[in-house]
Amino acid sequence: MTDALLTGANASTEVSLKRRLRRAERTRQVKALALVAPLLVFLLFTFAGPIIGMLWRAVDDREVRQVLPQTIAALANWDGKDLPDEKTYVALASDILVARASGTIAIAAKRLNYALNGFRTILTSTARNLKAMPEPGTSKEALGKINPAWRERSTWTTIKDASGPVTGFYLLAALDLTRNADGAIVAAPPDQAIYRDIFARTFLISLGVTALCLLLGFPVAYLLATLPPGRSNLLMIFVLLPFWTSLLVRTCAWIVLLQSKGVVNDSLHWLGIIDEPLRLIYNRFGVCVAMTHVLLPFMILPLYSSMKAISPAYMRAAASLGAAPLTAFLRIYLPQTLPGIGAGSLLVFILALGYYITPALVGGAADQMISYFIALYTTETANWGLASALGAVLLLATLLLALAYGKLVQGQQVTGGMKN
Amino acid sequence: MLKRKIGKIALGFAAAFSASAALATVAQARDLTVVSWGGAYQDAQKKVYFEPFKKAAGIAMNDESWDGGVGVLRAKVQGGAATWDVVQVESDELAVGCEEGLFEKMDYSKIGGEAAYIPPSVNACGVGAILYDFVLGYDKDKLKDAPSGWADFFDTKKIPGKRALRQGPKTTLEIALMADGVAPNDVYKVLATDEGVERAFKKLDTIKGDIVWWKAGAQPPQLLASGEVVMTSVYNGRIDTANKNEKKNFGMVWDGALFTLDSWVILKGSPNKDAAYKFLDFAGKAENQSKLSENIAYGTSNKDAAGRLAPAVLKDLPTAPDNIKNAVEINVGFWLENIDRLTERFNKWAAK
Repeated sequence: MTDALLTGANASTEVSLKRRLRRAERTRQVKALALVAPLLVFLLFTFAGPIIGMLWRAVDDREVRQVLPQTIAALANWDGKDLPDEKTYVALASDILVARASGTIAIAAKRLNYALNGFRTILTSTARNLKAMPEPGTSKEALGKINPAWRERSTWTTIKDASGPVTGFYLLAALDLTRNADGAIVAAPPDQAIYRDIFARTFLISLGVTALCLLLGFPVAYLLATLPPGRSNLLMIFVLLPFWTSLLVRTCAWIVLLQSKGVVNDSLHWLGIIDEPLRLIYNRFGVCVAMTHVLLPFMILPLYSSMKAISPAYMRAAASLGAAPLTAFLRIYLPQTLPGIGAGSLLVFILALGYYITPALVGGAADQMISYFIALYTTETANWGLASALGAVLLLATLLLALAYGKLVQGQQVTGGMKN
Repeated sequence: MLKRKIGKIALGFAAAFSASAALATVAQARDLTVVSWGGAYQDAQKKVYFEPFKKAAGIAMNDESWDGGVGVLRAKVQGGAATWDVVQVESDELAVGCEEGLFEKMDYSKIGGEAAYIPPSVNACGVGAILYDFVLGYDKDKLKDAPSGWADFFDTKKIPGKRALRQGPKTTLEIALMADGVAPNDVYKVLATDEGVERAFKKLDTIKGDIVWWKAGAQPPQLLASGEVVMTSVYNGRIDTANKNEKKNFGMVWDGALFTLDSWVILKGSPNKDAAYKFLDFAGKAENQSKLSENIAYGTSNKDAAGRLAPAVLKDLPTAPDNIKNAVEINVGFWLENIDRLTERFNKWAAK
């Protein structure tokens, strides 16, 4: 009874107190958000925006639709069995005449040429030779006379497939797939099926470089973490030195060292170890060496920071309890460095995936990684659809790996990698 | 409520951001900017075109360099913030950019008329600047018997050692076919057939293990100088520069060389069109072009430029009658149609 009275009396103040508290919380949140808003907007425009733009370009397919609008409309209800009807040919002739006048024919020709090699010539030569609209009822005949390709079903299925506004064409091509005349997804012709191999090559090189960095970096990091500060600082400067040197300079230095009349080969020859110079560059070996050198600091630094946090008392305790040095290392020390190993490996691996300059300069034709092809299609042949699709596949694969890594280390970070 | 506030703040920032971006893209009054290929070539251009033009016309201009790629120009023009006016482009960039409407139509009445230029250099979207070759280059100090052409390039018995070619199918397949006995004039006819492509790759198979692939024009002279390769495909101007400036003793084979043109274009929407035409008029005059050939061994586009040169200079130019006799022009149309397919084919072959 008194309780009820009391709560009744207090309820109103309590509510207002709660509300005030909420309001204060909200103001605080808004203030905090206002503080980070500039950075958020900046990230949105400079990071998320371009990535979304790239993903969009991988499926965007409006070029043919813009240049040949009437043809696309006429083909919408074509069953794809025989050649299209006269109306479609009329639409095409009229589209070509308009496009030729406005100089846009090549834009469609370029896109169609990706799907059917030779289409550029078919379309540009037709545009050149079609002087005016054919007589009513003779469009089919007239176009077939100008270029026999217009009598082929495959010519028309190519146009229909490219009618947009979005397409899976580039993404399929990035995975060595294509659609056949009936619209079923099939393997690309063997001459053009190169991207799966290149992705595999990219991941393999990155994995090899990560393993090499770990092998070489672990002892160095251990030394850094256990030396007295004076000497460890000096060593740290050597580790950081590559960070302050241009990537190009470091890569070219390897060329000087490894070429057939380079420092390494000459020394070996002078020592009488070899008669013929070894091939150390313009092949996979050179790529792995140069990339490992460039990426080593990214492995050493996370390892060093995780080792710095390990108290030497653990190892002493293990020894006093009768563990042999190797056992103590494997069961006490190594598990505690796992977060560092994980972070370093992931960092090196993901950086290696996108490497471009180093493989381009010290690799052979069979050592180019996916970034080389993305750059080639972006700048040289201006096939942005394929470049974006390759980028999208790489992005997706990298994200999956990062997620898998997250799952792997989740259990370990809680306990520092030690069994409870 | 909170969400809406966040929305408002974000909107405010977005508005401010896009407004400033829009302001930045408004074509500002800036000096004429001319873009070329850098290196020894651009130094020569500075000397004979840029500096004298500034003095003669009293127009402020600056020059930048780039590495090519029509994608770069597309991004510049479509981005609406093109900071370049006049750019020197390769023949395929000229063709694609012209089709995509990235360049202003060239008004020849402002640059001395079409008749002043050699026919291959006249284009609706640009005007020829230089003519240059991919030649077979070698080091005279290292090779006793000079190679006589591409057939020797593929003969590892006669001339042992590694060779360098440009990475990718372009120029490589033409060279392979000429080495296999195809006449320079028939190269593209053969290459247009599937059998021709097969034949080129078969020929490349014979020296696959001995090829080093170069990617940038500066690499071949370095590869020759370091003794990494005994022969290489190379831009003729680079050989000439290495001989003049670094006292090298490199030789060239003009027989079966592949020639191509670079052109000047004016980017679409350039705010400095008048100044750009004045510059192109200046760079198109025979007396100025002949000075360029004296500084670097490239042919030029004005019909009367070669006539002003001393015979000693002329004999080392791609445009000299003896040198162009057995040369093939790189076929832009063929490569526009086939570059993607043959790039894939080439990389398939390389990975085998």
